[in-house]
Amino acid sequence: MLRKVREQEQTISILVNNQPGVLSRVAGVFGRHGYNIQSLCVAETTNPEISRITLTSESDPDFTEKIKKQLDKLVDVQEVIDLTGPAYMQRELMLIGVTIQQETISEIMRAIQMFNCRIVTMSPGYYILEATGHPDETAAVLGYFQPFGVKEINRTGAIAVNRKNPQRQM
Amino acid sequence: MTVRENTISILVNNKPDVLARIAGTFSGRGFNIESISANITRNPEITNIIITTIGDQETVIKLEKQLNKLVDVLEVRDLTDVSSAQREMILVRMKVTASNRDRFTQIVDIHSWKIVSTDADYCILEVTGDRQEIEDSLSLLETIGMEDFVRTGIVALKRCSPQQIG
Amino acid sequence: MNVTGAQVLFRALKQENVDTIFGFPGGAVLDIFDELFRSDIRHILVRHEQGAIHAADGYARVSGKVGVCLVTSGPGATNTVTGIANAFMDSIPVVVFTGQVPTPMIGGDAFQEVDITGITRPCTKHNVLVRRIEDLGRTVREAFYIARSGRPGPVLVDIPKDVTRAVIEEKDISWQPNISNNNNNGKYAFTPEACMKALDMIRKAERPLIISGGGVLLGKASEEFRTFAKKLHIPVTSTLMGLGGFPATDPLWLGMPGMHGTYYANMAISHCDLLIAIGVRFDDRVTSKLDAFAPHAKVIHIDIDPASIDKFVKAKASIVGDCKPILNFLNQYVSEKGFTIPEGQTREWLKQIDLWKEHAPLTYCRTGKTKPQHVVETLYRLTNGQAIITTEVGQNQMWAAQFYHFDYPNSFVSSGGLGTMGFGFPAAIGAQVARPDKLVVDIAGDGSIQMNIQELATAVNYNLPVKVVILNNGYLGMVRQWQELFYGKRYSHSDIANVPDFVKLAEAYGAVGLRATHPEEVESTLQQGLNEPGVVVMDFHVEPEEGVYPMVRPGAPLTEMVLSKEEKAA
Repeated sequence: MLRKVREQEQTISILVNNQPGVLSRVAGVFGRHGYNIQSLCVAETTNPEISRITLTSESDPDFTEKIKKQLDKLVDVQEVIDLTGPAYMQRELMLIGVTIQQETISEIMRAIQMFNCRIVTMSPGYYILEATGHPDETAAVLGYFQPFGVKEINRTGAIAVNRKNPQRQM
Repeated sequence: MTVRENTISILVNNKPDVLARIAGTFSGRGFNIESISANITRNPEITNIIITTIGDQETVIKLEKQLNKLVDVLEVRDLTDVSSAQREMILVRMKVTASNRDRFTQIVDIHSWKIVSTDADYCILEVTGDRQEIEDSLSLLETIGMEDFVRTGIVALKRCSPQQIG
Repeated sequence: MNVTGAQVLFRALKQENVDTIFGFPGGAVLDIFDELFRSDIRHILVRHEQGAIHAADGYARVSGKVGVCLVTSGPGATNTVTGIANAFMDSIPVVVFTGQVPTPMIGGDAFQEVDITGITRPCTKHNVLVRRIEDLGRTVREAFYIARSGRPGPVLVDIPKDVTRAVIEEKDISWQPNISNNNNNGKYAFTPEACMKALDMIRKAERPLIISGGGVLLGKASEEFRTFAKKLHIPVTSTLMGLGGFPATDPLWLGMPGMHGTYYANMAISHCDLLIAIGVRFDDRVTSKLDAFAPHAKVIHIDIDPASIDKFVKAKASIVGDCKPILNFLNQYVSEKGFTIPEGQTREWLKQIDLWKEHAPLTYCRTGKTKPQHVVETLYRLTNGQAIITTEVGQNQMWAAQFYHFDYPNSFVSSGGLGTMGFGFPAAIGAQVARPDKLVVDIAGDGSIQMNIQELATAVNYNLPVKVVILNNGYLGMVRQWQELFYGKRYSHSDIANVPDFVKLAEAYGAVGLRATHPEEVESTLQQGLNEPGVVVMDFHVEPEEGVYPMVRPGAPLTEMVLSKEEKAA
């Protein structure tokens, strides 16, 4: 069973100095205020001294008030951008390990085409597929493959870009 | 011992503070984090965290032991030597103009990359691959008008089904 | 039936057989203290929260039970942080309950709010903020379980005020601990193979040595350990944390190793061909220069914390687990299956150790003013080695470790890892609460004792007849010693000659104060103080510039010892 992305889920992107301890400080702010981080990606940017943390979290009406302002106070945080809402495109990558049987192989191949998945590895009876898209889409893909026997999944968590305003930080 | 990039998979209870504890273990004990991605597993009470870190094997063993001491950590696996599929994704914003349009289209076609959004002058490109492929793609795209990118960090799955490994 | 959060807390404490709490009230814990008013659990009201956590720590070390500390939010919580770090470094099981502002106010910089779980994350074994009354009972039980299982340590439970006031139907409370991490629960089952490998190495050893640490005491395994070492006739050195794990009066005993270890313990480490490490983590004060530590030895490392294995010292064989069943297993081979080191194989080695003992016994220059070592020796003689000794940190701690000979487990209580000045006196109070039948003496310096001197009020208040022996040299002695040796005798801010009149101070608190200014008064003053029924502070004016020797310079090999001030001068 997979949790659907709920309406009150918030995606934010935080640009931080690439310093030891920063992630701990950022994650601590969420824990302190009782928000669970649902997914998180940290990776480098074009500037090796800056990392980008993209995360989704459960939220409530106080969320922006509490979290964004608290994050802005951290010395190593450069910028906090709220990426929730239709203006932003959110995508994630999901790896799905699915078992392949003689009876199911053709159906699975059709689904792979239909969802525009990639086959990352094949071993006898077991494929690892890559699906990308909005978290709702990857969830739907997973739901489709579920009956064939999904052994393991792994998701990156959403990263997000602004569709409309290239001047803004992605 | 050789220093290399290691991929560590950590299963943890999905609770506030857990990420802070994991991240604190890295910084407090002097281990670096190259990239990290975390997401809930199919069991919503459990989160899988994948961290890549640079260090020799001895360092990784020490790190695993420290992580195992955390009460909310359920399992730590070093995926570096396990045969595993490791993938990450970037979203790249490209400025597309008359001068680079042809070359851009050609490159996108060759690599069968996905264009996920287009605008008058901009397009957003999705590229997936292992770390090396991503690095190569970035170097290539830089030469033809890449404006910015966002990166997920690595996720990984073992190549064989858990049953096959036994 | 409905119960409040505060009542849930006390039921959980009852389930954990808690009979004593050290604490200090405040706004956020008023509901808990109101419940305490009705409870039969004994509460010791300290005068500063740091006193409460150190007392709970001392109580845990002496009783072998989990120490419990209860303080309010904000400053109450932060005042315990040093003590929490202290318990963390020494692996002492304590559970700290801190009050917290009501949940809707958390994160808003409310009055007396502090993020104590954030602050203590790196210095607790685990900590948790309880946001819902439904989780309270279970969380408290888990805290005790985590504190005492595996490698013990402090656990902090932060309880918001509204949770203590909330009401819950009794049937909705869950009490069952639910800890999913198996790595941490002391479930490491040691393998017989690992033990057999160790036995094989022991059989081949010509120059075996055991180094034991706090793990032997925390594992309540000193009986098993004694049997093991004596049956195999292997000499023993114990770290500061391990003192009392092996009888100091036994001929196999070599004293403490390391920076202020004995000549013969350090020589034995440096020449042994097999080092059996039991419940130690190889602190830098023990190993000194790592490359030169036990250079000829294969190491067998027995420890409950897998992270301690190969952390600094590489083990040829390692046994991960609780040392009590491990030693029992090994002892079985010795007693039932006739395992032994071949006759005569270690004869030369034992002879060599005796030569080292003769060459440089632990001693000091006895002429001149009162020597602090003389005070400790006399205390040892007058108490027949039966007292529980706590110490502060610095020279007083080292002299106590060197010259009071500990034959029994849990009779030496000292801040090993963190080195916390001000620990010894409140720890003595905790120890006295745990063992009202024993004589408890805090060996202190004139610097350290002033760091928690306010607890005199607590000791007098509860008639806890702790004796304090102040080795008063008018200096922060260990700092002065390092300045003498490594900073050209520039005694920068280590001179505290302007100390209070400790006799008057004791009397002001309602305790007895005694003073000895000459060597010939030492014995009579101690005798008089020990005979007093109540709290006594004994102020011994000792040689101001006496040093702790032997001493290995930080970073030097263990073989490079300065044996005395005179030798250093020469």
